[in-house]
Formats: sequence, structure tokens, C-alpha cells
Amino acid sequence: MAKVIVVTSGKGGVGKTTTSASFSTGLAMRGNRTVVIDFDVGLRNLDLIMGCERRVVYDIINVINDEISLKQALIKDKNCDNLYILPASQTRDKDALNIEGVERILNELKETFDYIVCDSPAGIEFGAFMAMYFADEALIVTNPEVSSVRDSDRILGILAAKSKRAVEGREPVREHLLVTRYDPKRANAREMMSVADIQEILRIPLLGVIPESVSVLQASNSGMPVIHMEKSDVAEAYRDLVGRFIGDDLPIRFVDEEKLGFLKRLLGGR
Amino acid sequence: MAVISGLIDYLRGTEKKTAVIAKERLQIILAHERAGRGSDTPDYLPALQEELMAVIAKYIHVDRDSLKVQLEKHDQYDVLELNIMLPDKVNSRL
Repeated sequence: MAKVIVVTSGKGGVGKTTTSASFSTGLAMRGNRTVVIDFDVGLRNLDLIMGCERRVVYDIINVINDEISLKQALIKDKNCDNLYILPASQTRDKDALNIEGVERILNELKETFDYIVCDSPAGIEFGAFMAMYFADEALIVTNPEVSSVRDSDRILGILAAKSKRAVEGREPVREHLLVTRYDPKRANAREMMSVADIQEILRIPLLGVIPESVSVLQASNSGMPVIHMEKSDVAEAYRDLVGRFIGDDLPIRFVDEEKLGFLKRLLGGR
Repeated sequence: MAVISGLIDYLRGTEKKTAVIAKERLQIILAHERAGRGSDTPDYLPALQEELMAVIAKYIHVDRDSLKVQLEKHDQYDVLELNIMLPDKVNSRL
């Protein structure tokens, strides 16, 4: 049975699209047929992060309006055989989405794919609502920062009250915490909330921790999901995240300060 | 001065780390926001308040603000609390 996973946060700029790109890529690399959908209608960016921006011809709104078939709008990923991207429209706004249209698309995708990853826009408006409404599971992307934690809490409230599962009184959406842009050194110095602090406040199970790193910008600069980067903590952390999601028993890494060797310390670390 | 007092705090170890402050602030504001959230507050409360107000107004002249209806959640039970502030002269029947 296909699973619908929403990547959401409330707050903008915390790493939803970065996470959607690497998480869906990771699922595909592990042999799952995966599609990632950009719900940020009007401000599409997933195409840039996936590096397929020049291959976008049609988008989700064309499919909703029945102008083309779903197949015509799906873009095959350049790196993974099992991965497809359904881009958002850049010229329309969120009101071009509607529940019936999105449901029809998801039902059709469920026939072909194992995982459907929905990249939510920031905020709690209609686009974000559409991204989460049909979700079976949710990745709550949170930075160790007060406004992000508060917004995540708000999103958890909306998932619990307004998602389709909640409205129909079915088993609730399964929630997973993903802490991104984490700096263990600052957390140990108590300048930054720790993963344990955030977990204690949000009270949902932790699925992963992504360390703060320069490689995220390098990856987005070059249009390659960061999970593909060699020798990158962030890539390893995303691979761990995917592993845990599909059932591997992996310890949480990158929560302790890195012990720098003499030479590395001399050269300034990083 | 701020630097010196900060330094003294630091040396004494009494300075509160900002992560601790952040966590405390979040715990307070989120407790408040969660309490006011849709699923926690039944939607009949405003209507109940209106109807109670209408009944009370038949017998006593009270201000709109002097009636408070609140639902408090506890682990095992909920408490519906009605708080009516009577005017100074209770015999002020209509």
C-alpha cells in the first residue's frame, strides 16, 4: 500500500524542500518507487533543488485542470531510476489547488508508487493544508530555535484536528520529528536548544537530526540533492533518516561534538 | 558595566544560558496555545455562555463581562466552571 508523507514545518526556511529532495531521493536509492510533489504553487523551488528546472513543461495545476495526463507532468529524476518529480505551477496561486483534484492525483500515483512525498509550502494557508490533508505520515522539520518550535507545535495541532485521517476519525497521522541545522557544539554550550529539549516540548518521536553544514548550500547551488554529496555529514544524516524511516535500527548521529584531531584543529576544522 | 556584571555572573556560574530561557518561554507559551486549540475547547462554550446569560438576566441584572464559562482539563476529569459576579446590590431585580 502506497504511503503519503508530508514534509512540513509551518515556518519557512527551515529545510522542507532540502529535506523533501533528499528524503525522496534516499527512498528511491533504497529501491522504492517514489514521487515527490511540490505543493508550493506560485513559488516553486523543488525543481531547482532537484536540478530539473529546465525540464519542467507541465505542472500539478495542468493535471488538476485536466489539460494533460498525470504521466505528461511527471519528470524523471536524472540520478535515480525510481524517482519522479511533480512540479508546482509558477504562474498560478494556491487557490488553483482543490481537494478533489489533489485526491484524484494521489489516488492515481498510489497505483504506481510506493511512496508519495509532499513538499509543503511554509505557512498554514491552503497550499500547506492541501499538502498535509491526505498524509499518512508527517515529517515535522524543526530548527533549534523558538519560532520554529512554536510553528511546528501549531502544525502538529492542525494535523491532529484537520487532516483527513483526523476528520474521518481514523488512526491519526504518524508524526516524526526531524531537527535540522543542528549545531552540537552550541547545544552543549547551552546556547542552542538541544534535540532533547525540542523533543520534550513537541512530544513526538525523533526520526533524525541533520547537522548545520556548508554542504547544503553547495548542493542547492549545483542542483543536486545533498544526500548525493560525498563526504558530507548532512548526506549521511539523510541516509540514516531514510534508513530509520523504512525500519533500519540506526542510532542518532551528529548530536555530539566532533572531536577534532590535532591537524584538523590546526587547520580550523569543519 | 553590562560586560562586568555579565563577567561576574559568568564567574559565579549564575548566568542563565539562553537555551534554558528559550525552553522555558516555549513551555509557557505552548501550554497556553494548546489550551486554546480547537479540539481542546468545545465549540458549545460560547453558545452556553449566551444562554446562561439570558437565563440569569431574567432574575438579576448582571453585566455581560460578569459571567465567565471555562472548561479545565485534568487527567481523569474535566471541570466546567461558571463564574458569575453578582452586582453589589443583589436585590436589584429587574
